[in-house]
Amino acid sequence: MLHIEDLWVDVHGKEVLKGIDLHIEKGETHCLFGKNGSGKTTLLMTLMGFSGYKVKHGRIVFKDVDVTHLPVNERAKLGLGISLQRPPTLKGVKLKDMLKFCESVPGLGKNLAIQYGFDSFLERDVNLGFSGGEIKKSELIQLLAQSPDFTLLDEPESGVDIENLHLIGEMIKKLLQKDVHRNRQKSGLIITHTGFILNYVAADKGHVMMNGKMLCRGNPQEIFEGIQKYGYQECMKCQL
Amino acid sequence: MSTVKRKTQSKPMDMSEETLLKSFKPASDAPTLTSLAELEEKEIKKLKNVGLDFSEHERIGTYIQTNCGVAKCDCHMEGVELMPITEALKKYDWLKDYWWKLVAKEKDVFTKETAAHLDNGYFIRALPGAKVVYPVQTCLYIRSENVAQRVHNIVIAEEGSELHVITGCSTHPDLTSALHIGVSEFYIKKGAKLVFTMIHNWGENVYVRPRTGVLVEEDGVFLSNYVSLKGVKSVQTYPTARLAGRRALARFNSVIVAPEGTVMDSGSRIILDAPETRGEIVSRTISYGGKVIARGHLVGNAPGIKAHLECNGLILAENGVIHAIPELEAHLADVDMSHEAAVGKIAQDEIEYLMARGLSEEDATATIVRGFLNVKIEGLPPELDAEIQAAVAESHKGI
Repeated sequence: MLHIEDLWVDVHGKEVLKGIDLHIEKGETHCLFGKNGSGKTTLLMTLMGFSGYKVKHGRIVFKDVDVTHLPVNERAKLGLGISLQRPPTLKGVKLKDMLKFCESVPGLGKNLAIQYGFDSFLERDVNLGFSGGEIKKSELIQLLAQSPDFTLLDEPESGVDIENLHLIGEMIKKLLQKDVHRNRQKSGLIITHTGFILNYVAADKGHVMMNGKMLCRGNPQEIFEGIQKYGYQECMKCQL
Repeated sequence: MSTVKRKTQSKPMDMSEETLLKSFKPASDAPTLTSLAELEEKEIKKLKNVGLDFSEHERIGTYIQTNCGVAKCDCHMEGVELMPITEALKKYDWLKDYWWKLVAKEKDVFTKETAAHLDNGYFIRALPGAKVVYPVQTCLYIRSENVAQRVHNIVIAEEGSELHVITGCSTHPDLTSALHIGVSEFYIKKGAKLVFTMIHNWGENVYVRPRTGVLVEEDGVFLSNYVSLKGVKSVQTYPTARLAGRRALARFNSVIVAPEGTVMDSGSRIILDAPETRGEIVSRTISYGGKVIARGHLVGNAPGIKAHLECNGLILAENGVIHAIPELEAHLADVDMSHEAAVGKIAQDEIEYLMARGLSEEDATATIVRGFLNVKIEGLPPELDAEIQAAVAESHKGI
């Protein structure tokens, strides 16, 4: 469904991604590990098409369409969705309006907000004064309303307290159709620094990124356990 | 190829205010409207856009002045008085204690002109304890070419009363040049509340010089909303509210859009003279090529006061200018005064965030502009609020 081929990306003139290859099929969820500054967010932002992420080489193919140079909204229309780690505040734009922009079915956004106990935020400006956990919840409700075929999740568990981790996990599972076992249509790529989200959401494959390159791939649970045990230092050695 | 040149009476840019004033003829020499039935359809449309409700549904009274003449003045609410100021001055001897007390007669050429040659103006008074839900609407309308309209208004909210005034100011759609001078003095007595909403929709070659003074007594509340979304040659306004009694409150909200050719010098000043008074100035300005000077001045003169100034501008055209001048002036230590000012273009990450949810770049930009101008205007009737929102939604399409 998503094929990234030899992708090189510059940010503010600095080479950040150095030849990334990644293939994610329909129904698969992949997990991307890596230290802060390894280039994980740059990859997600590039996939969504945000400005400031300049593709120098390589291409991104989504649903057989070369989207490498498509504008952000064209990618969204094709079925790509993103949960940002630190989304901007939209002053004067209420969450209920934002949900209307997202929703595939009229009224879906509001119903989701009620379902996840977030309806008291509908009249508030998007992300204005939201806590870390509230931002994540808001992002996921927007995505559930949007219902993209491929979801990019940047650190969905950061800033979320223990009580809410389970709920965030449930929302991601719904987004990625984890309740469907045959012919699952939805795919996703989850960035995680801590890996804790794996306790709630099962991933099919894991990748480790370091200094803008993919180091290894494998069973996400095993990779996570290795990182927990030995830290990313071990990955550095692995690279050698 | 021949072009038809529209007759304009554009004045030289470097003209002194005195020469400017002299270049207009007095409104008193211009014909006045005797009946609203004489209004053309396009005039009615423009006046509706400044909040004038001809059906008077949800309005308790109406004052319409065209040039120097009063075209309509009636009020059907007990406890509220509405009349032309010239009449009120004859009727109430005590009014002299309110006349030129908050604005100095000698302030400038425009106040001097108005003092010497008054065309008219409105007098609105809410009697003690009178509380009205719906607004009184007033309209100051210039209908003749190259006229100077000189207006002096007095609004008094007596003790414990509540009053809402909506003023729409406009010029005839075909008129190319005019000058409006509006002296206004507002008195908010003990425990009273005045919501004053002013909507401007002038013409491209119109000069506007409001001169406004406000006095708020103990526990009084003054809320001012100023909306100007269309082109005008030059506006210069700096209303000043003095909070003279304990716990008095004043809030100025301004929403200003300046298209190419517009110079909008708009400020608000709150002088916090009594303990525990509160003041807030919020301005949102957008330049589509025009020049905006967004001034704000808070003066803290008493202990326990709290005041905040917020001045944000967006420049949406290459040659636009926004000059924000926020000033805080504290004369003692026990004050809480703050300001924030930000001027620039729309943040690209905000646009792209909305695009990631499926909006086109154009719709995303419009959404952010709408949000930016979405200052919470308190006390507006829902229908007028809807009108303003609609006008704001249109404003990004260029004027």
